[in-house]
Amino acid sequence: MTTATLSPPAVAAAARPRRRVLPGFHLTLGYTLFYLCLIVLIPLSALLFKTFTLTWPQFWEAVTAPRVLASYRLTFGASLIAATVNLFAGLLVAWVLVRYRFPGKKVVDALVDLPFALPTAVAGISLTALLAGNGWIGQYLEPLGIQLAFQPGGVVIALIFIGLPFVVRTVQPVLEDAEKELEEAAMCLGATRWQTFARVILPTIAPALLTGFAMAFARAVGEYGSVIFIAGNVPMVSEITPLIIIGKLEQYDYAGATAVATVMLVISFVLLLIINALQGWQRRRAGDTA
Amino acid sequence: MSASHRNNHTGHTQESRVVRVALIALALGFMALFLVLPLAAVFTEALRKGWDAYWEALKEPDAWAAIRLTLITAAVAVPLNLVFGVAAAWAVAKFDFRGKSFLITLIDLPFSVSPVVAGLIYVLVFGAQGWLGPWLAAHDIKIIFAVPGIILATVFVTFPFIARELIPLMQAQGSDEEQAAQVLGASGWQTFWHVTLPNIKWGLIYGVILCNARAMGEFGAVSVVSGHIRGQTNTMPLHVEILYNEYQSVAAFAVASLLALLALLTLAIKTVVEWRHDRELQAAAALPPEAPAPAALTVKAAA
Repeated sequence: MTTATLSPPAVAAAARPRRRVLPGFHLTLGYTLFYLCLIVLIPLSALLFKTFTLTWPQFWEAVTAPRVLASYRLTFGASLIAATVNLFAGLLVAWVLVRYRFPGKKVVDALVDLPFALPTAVAGISLTALLAGNGWIGQYLEPLGIQLAFQPGGVVIALIFIGLPFVVRTVQPVLEDAEKELEEAAMCLGATRWQTFARVILPTIAPALLTGFAMAFARAVGEYGSVIFIAGNVPMVSEITPLIIIGKLEQYDYAGATAVATVMLVISFVLLLIINALQGWQRRRAGDTA
Repeated sequence: MSASHRNNHTGHTQESRVVRVALIALALGFMALFLVLPLAAVFTEALRKGWDAYWEALKEPDAWAAIRLTLITAAVAVPLNLVFGVAAAWAVAKFDFRGKSFLITLIDLPFSVSPVVAGLIYVLVFGAQGWLGPWLAAHDIKIIFAVPGIILATVFVTFPFIARELIPLMQAQGSDEEQAAQVLGASGWQTFWHVTLPNIKWGLIYGVILCNARAMGEFGAVSVVSGHIRGQTNTMPLHVEILYNEYQSVAAFAVASLLALLALLTLAIKTVVEWRHDRELQAAAALPPEAPAPAALTVKAAA
């Protein structure tokens, strides 16, 4: 748990917390656990209990119906494509923001977080308006036979939008802390700029890149607001898994909704563990070079 | 996320000018296409029929009700998560106990749960067919399809924001200053108000504005528990959806433009906070190690 590499030396020198010198341990930990149980754990356990009331065939039928399977393919396929695009675009943006100087850099840096700050419904209707046949971008794509709005392609665009900050914001601090001496050494030893990037810089930022990728992917899998406006929501074609849950709820099929939600919850829990492992790797890597 | 910007690049590890310009152009082009254009489209669409139509859409009673509900929701959810965030950060950063990293993982959990699933779990607890459904119906209490459900769902999706901002910050700061305050005879509350709070104020503000932006903008989770009753259980994002689905494009984008302004305001405050925080850190780093930090002086004054 060392965050020392990201903090200035004056603060990082502070010692590890000692045992029970300060007051408030029982109060704060007690309140933390109470609130955590009340808001997160007990409601989440309701989902699991409800799932256990289903028989295995019921559960299996609910989560492997053709329409649900098609939604997994779209959700995970689109999320994978979007996270991959974000991997490259995020690295590019982080690189340009850390290494180069250009006018308006501060504004561009601030704007990276727009997808975090802009409500997803607003992003959804705005992207739809842009990509529709008469929109600013759609009008140029339509004569070329490319239609993105109300198609699976639109889902990918929305997921690229919401996932961009994750890669930029995980890679940026690592690039800032990367030691220029290693690059200089590589240069002196005759490496080309590209070799230096591939053999020296890339291994340093690889854990951060993968963490950002996994975060963008995890966020994209669960995303709802920005996608439903642009997707068209045609069953079997452009219907995402969260929408399947909503659809089942609207038909009062609580058991079916719960079964699909459990699948999503398990997947997001696995992704969370993967992200935690990647972050641990990143911290160890940062500890090695520091 | 609060990054200190260093500009100590030396010339010979730079790319050639052509490559640099090309990379900058590519990055800015991507950002313009994916970030600036959608933002610009919100305001253009909102004002497509002029300012009069824009004001008309915002003056509508249902729009007002949605704005009010959004403000109420954020006004309840953010302080709740603020108190939790400070308590959790104090417990995690100032003390050692078993299962600490597992606790941090659990605190992060709501971030990785799909908003739709977040809404569903409250329906399963408080809904008509849920655990507490019959009891709530017998006592005539409405949570699902009513304001309390909206607030609960919002609290869930914004749960980790402030805690995860404060935990790394307070871990890095350690507890030497607090221990000094204790030795000098300050009470627990005095220590917190006069020593800890000044040290974490920027992280706190940062967490609060991000939490607030998400609380006001949440769509998926709130959509599941709201019931979409116009003028009663519609928040601003839900109102945008209804207007949009009714082909009232200008009205939908008018309400959306308010949310977009909120997002821009959030980014502006965030940038200022990061900038102030960086400056204070630089000032603190410039002090010789023996010199007392400003916070330590306030302790003496308080004690």
